[in-house]
Amino acid sequence: MDQFLWVVVPYLSLAVFAVGHVWRYRYDKFGWTTRSSQLYEDRLLRLGSPLFHFGMLGVVGGHVIGLLVPRSWTEAVGISDYAYHYVAVGGGLVAGVAVTVGMVILIYRRRTVGPVFSATTAMDKVMYAFLAAAVLLGMWNTIAGSIFTLGGEYNYREGVSVWYRSFLAFSPDAELMAAAPLGFQLHALVAFSLFALWPFTRLVHVFSAPLGYVTRPYVVYRSRDDRQLGSHRPRRGWEKVG
Amino acid sequence: MRVMAQMAMVMNLDKCIGCHTCSVTCKQAWTNRAGTEYVWFNNVETRPGLGYPRTYEDQEEWKGGWELDRKGRLGLKGGGRWKKLATIFSNPKLPSIQDYYEPWTYDYETLTSSPASDTFPVARPKSLISGEDMDVEWSANWDDDLGGSKEHAARDLMLKGIEDKVKMEFEETFMFYLPRICEHCLNPSCAASCPSGAIYKREEDGIVLVDQDRCRGWRMCVSGCPYKKVYFNHRTGKAEKCTFCYPRIEVGIPTVCSETCVGRLRYIGLVLYDADRVLEAASVQDDRDLLAAQRSCFLDPDDPEVQRAAEAAGIPRDWVEAAQRSPVWALINRFEVALPLHPEYRTMPMVWYIPPLSPVVDVIKDTGHDAEDHGNLFAAIEALRIPVEYLANLFTAGDPEPVEKVLRRLAAMRAYMRDINLGRDPDDSIPGKVGMDGETMYDMFRLLAIAKYDERYVIPPAHAEQAHSLEELATECSLDFDGGPGMYESGPFGEGSGRPVPVAVENFQMLRDRATSDTVAAPDDKATRVNLLNWDGKGVPSGLFPPRADVETDGEGVR
Repeated sequence: MDQFLWVVVPYLSLAVFAVGHVWRYRYDKFGWTTRSSQLYEDRLLRLGSPLFHFGMLGVVGGHVIGLLVPRSWTEAVGISDYAYHYVAVGGGLVAGVAVTVGMVILIYRRRTVGPVFSATTAMDKVMYAFLAAAVLLGMWNTIAGSIFTLGGEYNYREGVSVWYRSFLAFSPDAELMAAAPLGFQLHALVAFSLFALWPFTRLVHVFSAPLGYVTRPYVVYRSRDDRQLGSHRPRRGWEKVG
Repeated sequence: MRVMAQMAMVMNLDKCIGCHTCSVTCKQAWTNRAGTEYVWFNNVETRPGLGYPRTYEDQEEWKGGWELDRKGRLGLKGGGRWKKLATIFSNPKLPSIQDYYEPWTYDYETLTSSPASDTFPVARPKSLISGEDMDVEWSANWDDDLGGSKEHAARDLMLKGIEDKVKMEFEETFMFYLPRICEHCLNPSCAASCPSGAIYKREEDGIVLVDQDRCRGWRMCVSGCPYKKVYFNHRTGKAEKCTFCYPRIEVGIPTVCSETCVGRLRYIGLVLYDADRVLEAASVQDDRDLLAAQRSCFLDPDDPEVQRAAEAAGIPRDWVEAAQRSPVWALINRFEVALPLHPEYRTMPMVWYIPPLSPVVDVIKDTGHDAEDHGNLFAAIEALRIPVEYLANLFTAGDPEPVEKVLRRLAAMRAYMRDINLGRDPDDSIPGKVGMDGETMYDMFRLLAIAKYDERYVIPPAHAEQAHSLEELATECSLDFDGGPGMYESGPFGEGSGRPVPVAVENFQMLRDRATSDTVAAPDDKATRVNLLNWDGKGVPSGLFPPRADVETDGEGVR
């Protein structure tokens, strides 16, 4: 069972994540969008969306640091466990609260504003359920686990993080996850389910973060693509002139 | 010198009767789809009026276009790259659907399905956004023909500075129509605002297009365009804009709006310009110098040096020849009667307008004077400050001089041609008074009054040697492509997802879907719907009538 939950499921979802994105990009470039509903409603979005998204950037950054940076590295540069814990919980709390509040506003908006609700697809609803579950479980782990230490001390840097790195190195150690508290286990499972759903939801827009905008010239010129001129490929039998 | 060709348009506002045929045919061709109900690539505004979307010209509010910073450098008025990225999660300057209007339909079904009663059934308006009942409070043309303008027109930004006079003389107010499409600017701020780089200007003909496969729906283009001519399709989540009917232009036929224009007021042609000078011209200090600066970017296609440079830049010979015959070039640079719309936005717009003389003519006529006499007209142009200043706010960043000059030329043409038409000796002093000679004036008259189809639209087809593969000329079945039109339906990720479909096929299929659908969103029983398009006329199409329970073979035949 442990092998299934902490080896098979994660690798499967990661495979779906990777292959799914390739497939979606090839099959559905046109559907690859943020599906913004700002045109319908602006007041709640103006508050909720930046809260959620900027908070999310912080949360992702926190996960990258927490999961990928081994404890030995931070110790090597002289950061004590206490200092690390303090910064991690503090930063995580700020980002997590922003995400949670933003998400509540956005879900409230999606449900109560008529046009926004009717523009919500079934896939959106599934995605929201998993996203909300992942966020809430994450908040639970931070607040209940790390601050009030309900259910005993647990240092994820000795457990979940090590498992995650072993997972990325293709030598997963399922024992470590099996020993983690339920909250962490559920958080990881929900997150991996979300990864598997990812390519089939609007979340793909994450990979369109327009960083190229910073360096490209303002006005883009493009030549008419000869291959796209007609509905079908030109027949043979003539030579291209000029 | 870097020569580029630009497909451009001029509209003669004196001829516009405000019939909206251009808007309607454009809509039928391009935006007759769910998600684009409120999208008018072409719209006709009554001026003075608020425009569409309401008060779009107020750039202090909407922050569209470009502006000079304190050091005199050109930058986006809505903020540069970093500001765009910082506000990407919630665009601070996006017009809401209410600034356009909430599109609606009527529940026509109640007209036929309601039970017999003493009163007539009513088809109530239903919002196409929420599907709920709604009160119709505004639409694309709510203030058409100055309707309700006593309340609204005062908010017309172009009346700034002349409000008092207008209010004073409102009884004898003036009015004209302003048809608008995308300006296909030389310095497009929508393209510059697009974080994804999906909006591009075509090198060959300067048409500005949105790459639907690369648009990610960040909506910055809508805010960036000062003319608000990029729209957000709220169903596909992508930006859409006027395409200058590129599939038609590519095969040498005019845009739908021009083709169907009742007043024949539109002219389409090429203009050659020096791409290296665009930035400099867009950066001149004084707004009122922008008109001259933009004119100076244009290159004379009869100049041998320009022709050589054009050849070096890979512009085909027939395109240079088309530029020489271009009515747009003639109206802008030879006759100098066309003016750009809002040059102060610094986008270098390429749809120009001949300002209307009719407000002036009407006033003279009403006072009983001879409205064809150039003396009267000249005097009236000078005396009637309001139309001139209003037009100047629209076309020359508030500088009345170029507008006056154009109106004087149009007035002179009226007077000059009257003599000719009445068989009198033409008075060559009249064109002389406006800096023209008789022959040029006659040429201008010809182009403005009686130019035929191929003089108004001088459109060199793209790569004639490839013409058989172009969409409109396809000699093979245009539905014959990978995936096939039969495969065409909404993908699993919402309307329009799935493989790209060529434009002509897409329109056909969407039109058919729409024609066979009567729900707001995609109907779920689409597959079982009756489709008369593929009914061969024989017998009864399957599914047209509900299955009959009472069919009896009693010898009477079918009732």
